[in-house]
Amino acid sequence: MEPFRIHAAARGAIEIEADVLVLGGGPAGTWAAVAAANAGARVVLADKGFCGTSGATAPSGNSIWYVPPDTDRRQAAAASREALGGYLADRRWSMRVLDKTYTGLDYLAERGYPFPQDDGGASARGSLQGPEYMRLMRKLVKGARVRILDHSPALELLVDGGGAVAGARGVRRQKGDDWVVKAGAVVIATGGCAFLSGALGCNVLTGDGLLMAAELGAELSGMEFSNAYGISPAFASVTKTLLYKWATFTDPEGQPIPGAASQGGRSVIAKWLAKGPVYAQLDKADPALRLSMREAQPNFFLPFDRAGIDPFEQRFPITLRLEGTVRGTGGLRIVGDDCATTVPGLYAAGDAATRELICGGFTGGGSHNAAWAISSGQWAGAGAAAFARRARLGADIIGAGRVALREGRARANDPAATIRAVQEEVFPYERNYFRSGPKLDASLARLDRLWSDLRMADAASLENVIRAREAAAMTAVARWMYRSAGVRTESRGMHRREDYPTVDPSQLHHVYSCGLDDVWAASAAPLVRQQAEVAA
Amino acid sequence: MIELISTERCTGCNICVSICPTNVFDIVVSAGTKPPPVIARGADCQTCFMCELYCPEDALYVAPDADASVAVDESALTEAGVLGSYRSMIGWAPGTTAHRKVDSTFRLIKGF
Repeated sequence: MEPFRIHAAARGAIEIEADVLVLGGGPAGTWAAVAAANAGARVVLADKGFCGTSGATAPSGNSIWYVPPDTDRRQAAAASREALGGYLADRRWSMRVLDKTYTGLDYLAERGYPFPQDDGGASARGSLQGPEYMRLMRKLVKGARVRILDHSPALELLVDGGGAVAGARGVRRQKGDDWVVKAGAVVIATGGCAFLSGALGCNVLTGDGLLMAAELGAELSGMEFSNAYGISPAFASVTKTLLYKWATFTDPEGQPIPGAASQGGRSVIAKWLAKGPVYAQLDKADPALRLSMREAQPNFFLPFDRAGIDPFEQRFPITLRLEGTVRGTGGLRIVGDDCATTVPGLYAAGDAATRELICGGFTGGGSHNAAWAISSGQWAGAGAAAFARRARLGADIIGAGRVALREGRARANDPAATIRAVQEEVFPYERNYFRSGPKLDASLARLDRLWSDLRMADAASLENVIRAREAAAMTAVARWMYRSAGVRTESRGMHRREDYPTVDPSQLHHVYSCGLDDVWAASAAPLVRQQAEVAA
Repeated sequence: MIELISTERCTGCNICVSICPTNVFDIVVSAGTKPPPVIARGADCQTCFMCELYCPEDALYVAPDADASVAVDESALTEAGVLGSYRSMIGWAPGTTAHRKVDSTFRLIKGF
């Protein structure tokens, strides 16, 4: 294939030289940018949308996996979740994350985050309100003299003649031109992939960073843990699930559905939703608790208030929206304490990275993922800054992206059709929630065909290129998911196989995946987890 | 989805154009005046309500319906006090800053 030369100046684009380029401006990206800048690097942060409102956190808010520095409490906190995650979590990483998160929240308090006081008068640091948190993070990023490129989706990574990461290229969608940032190290903090399901804040999360990293040969881990579905009112976007702990789920006649629950019974809800409407009502919430609920999650109540529904007193229809790897745990494989990926100079943070290290095969919204963003962001930023100090960029810099960016064989690129086709494979509960060998194989055959069609399609037009790359990324993510799910012939964490409904103790290992034209997934070496042996 | 830019309230500052994470709005250029932006790509709205929070004039309304566009009546919304209600709730409207420190999550999640 002809390498794509950058003729940035000829196209009137902006070209910036930096040490570290951070892709993504959510929690992980902003923490990474601040850490890299504090380490003395010249940093550029490019966000597809607007750093401060973009991503799953900003419109939401969440609890944080926050435990004071007490060894027993921290060990207990880690242990309490290990069974849920199928014992794939690594206790050493859990301890590191708890520590880094704790000091991270101290830093936020110093910088003015308005933490509430608990009933004993102490600063309550176990949760963050999304708009407030991300507005502050943008301010901290700017204060660290990081250059922010808003509305600037990256389209591809750059490599130099020696094959090292050399930055990225993208478009400034509100200006109609493109940008090039040459950098010695890149942090992928583009979030997970929720396949444009409309889950709260998630429509910018289409797996773009995973595609770009894979084009450089980066490996992924845990992509079978990618079938998280969040509960929302059927009409609304708000996939915040904590308060459904106090819900009763009912059928259209108002009869409680046996076994249906937000925690530990969500698959029952999926089974019923496949047949017809399911309703919820927060009738288990004591009136005294209702005000606290409103104070904790004002955005949860917004759709209800506006639709004229009292969720405590009235039943309302619900649905499950796919949150894919956002609330899943799969992502770029991490091979170092500095969140290095398998590609030199490329670092990963937040939901773009695997979160198996601290939660194995299961997580929820916020909590562990939020702590991971704070910690992995700082490690990746510092790691990238250190790498960039040693990096010497070669002269012959080319773009590494292929699908939708290079000439094909005169076939039109139709991103909307591609997106619909991918969604048909990953949205249905019957295919993704309840997996089986034959169903995975059938989906993979269709997804592989879709990918080869994309490979033959022409480069997308400037108006179409962002969507076309998103469509390609979603196709790639779906293939890693199902290839990995095919390799894990057991049920562990959130990954459920109808044909292998139980945990197989011999599969206590990660599943790595990689590749675009040829996708592979394979079992990694067995892990040693004493707790798992006790449980078995 | 985003359904309303109140032409009465909007001052044409275009903050919503800048901060919308899915790039739903477009600036309207007009010599000598500052017209309101337009909802150019309403189908891309993800119903995240961020534009309402950042609008200094409480000129925007995001309907709760995420998957379909619905008709809204500005005078009814104004009368019901809905415009700007979310911004007040989180403490970003003038005179409501005490709300920024309100978060009772600790009452719902008991420690680890």
